[in-house]
Amino acid sequence: MAPSAHQMMLDQARWRWSESLFWLSSLAVLFVFPSKALLFSQIAIMGLFALSLDLILGYGGIVSLGHAAFFGVGAYAAGLMAKHGMGDPLLGLGVAAFVAAVIGWLTSFLLLRGSDLTRLMVTLGIALMLFELANRMAPITGGADGLQGMMVGPVLGLFSFDLFGKTAYLYALTVLFLLFLLARKIVHSTFGLSLRAVKGNALRAGAIGISVSGRLVAIYTLSAAFAGIAGALSAQTTQLVSLDVLDFHRSADVMLVLVIGGVGWLYGGIIGAIMFTLMQDWLAGITPQYWEFWIGLVLVCLVLVGHDRIKTGVQSMVARLGGKGGAA
Amino acid sequence: MSIALATHDLVKNFGGLRATDHVSLTIHTGARHALIGPNGAGKTTLINLLTGVLTPSQGNITLEGENITRLSQHARVQRGLVRTFQINQLFADMSPLQSLCLAVSERNQQGRDWWRVAGSDKAHVDEAEEILTRFGLRDVMMQQTRFLPYGKQRLLEIALAIACKPRVLLLDEPAAGVPEEERHEIIDILAALPKDVTVVLIEHDMDLVFSFADRISVMVNGALLTEGGVDEIARDPQVRAVYLGESGHE
Repeated sequence: MAPSAHQMMLDQARWRWSESLFWLSSLAVLFVFPSKALLFSQIAIMGLFALSLDLILGYGGIVSLGHAAFFGVGAYAAGLMAKHGMGDPLLGLGVAAFVAAVIGWLTSFLLLRGSDLTRLMVTLGIALMLFELANRMAPITGGADGLQGMMVGPVLGLFSFDLFGKTAYLYALTVLFLLFLLARKIVHSTFGLSLRAVKGNALRAGAIGISVSGRLVAIYTLSAAFAGIAGALSAQTTQLVSLDVLDFHRSADVMLVLVIGGVGWLYGGIIGAIMFTLMQDWLAGITPQYWEFWIGLVLVCLVLVGHDRIKTGVQSMVARLGGKGGAA
Repeated sequence: MSIALATHDLVKNFGGLRATDHVSLTIHTGARHALIGPNGAGKTTLINLLTGVLTPSQGNITLEGENITRLSQHARVQRGLVRTFQINQLFADMSPLQSLCLAVSERNQQGRDWWRVAGSDKAHVDEAEEILTRFGLRDVMMQQTRFLPYGKQRLLEIALAIACKPRVLLLDEPAAGVPEEERHEIIDILAALPKDVTVVLIEHDMDLVFSFADRISVMVNGALLTEGGVDEIARDPQVRAVYLGESGHE
């Protein structure tokens, strides 16, 4: 018997075995390459940051060249808490998420009208302003010297951060996994479907009773919170916050990472982060000064060949290996 | 007879151009009201004003007695004022089933549900499927909309509006671009619309207008030229002049 319409709708959100495999492998790499834990935690944080960008770009259709604003705000929030005796990591994450969300909510209203170019410039402008604010408020932020004297406590009061980054990776991976599950839940919900409608055709979305502005404000705020948590993770695991967290190159990098991994897919940000960081690590070893040349080359090739072709190739490969369909 | 939709002295200026010129229109509940006029007469501008895509420069709009002039587009839809578009406005990357489920869920105020999987509510999916079946779209309901043939997309355009349970339905050239041999599908669908739904039809095709409408308003240069029953309008020398004049250019 053919599946009912109800079943077909639910099937679209089904958890696939390839997803379990992905997450189990991400845990297993720590035991296979324990010396690379610090690099892995960098990847997890970059992956979360790119996931947050995917929420607005891949699902809301909002382009941003200033997403570092929220990463940076989250990093400073967590850093300042740790500096002033509130070193509990989870509390830091919570406060970072809240502060970034408030700034995201406030600035989201500037993005409701206008073209992609307007949005690129507005997001870029906001990130630039925050960068210079952090620079100017040196007594609080440490300015160009960075924030000094962070004391990050153990996670849940049990697991102290070690020199090799094992705790850092497990902590970052857990946070990434939980937030990924939340994002996955959201994009497969009716709210998520309405975002796809808004992105696909805002005029018609309004004509079937969707409050287009309301949906965009909501997803932008959520994305800002996610980016803030990524920034807080970075601050806590490296015990370091400098102006670099708000720098333009970070906004550009995260866009690059997401495009490398594929937009509108949730796994794209994480896979992009893996590819980008490993490539960066490997190429920087071979040609320390010119590694960005190769990243640029990969980016140009990827964009020209197109993800769909790569994705269909991978999916048919996965399908042949067993089971059906690829991830998400 | 009660009034479903009315405009009072509605004006819309685009710079120096007056696209809507003091239009006062009254549509009775349950009517099949056609709005006709040559190209550029301001019919689509009027629809955009009625649905909130544009804000009028002057005048107001009432829906079942309520002033909706300043309401947002989606707030009007929630009150039952729903439209279709002359050029298909569909969700190209979604399937017809997803599009319809979304419209039904939005109507039931569930559009903000971010926890449950879309389609969890079986009643909503069933309703979406029922509408798709009625529109002959059930066989293609899982395909991506962008791959549907034009005629099917045109039907989906109307189905999506029906899923919003309109009290007043504005149809902007529903048969535009549909080949002659597929037109009857659209015409049958229109004929089968529930009698308590008020329908405003904007159309160029006079055969369709005369077979469907019970009342006709004629627009020329942004203003209402005349209004009346079907026979009245068909005999009206002014209207004939406008239309003969137009066909003379073709």
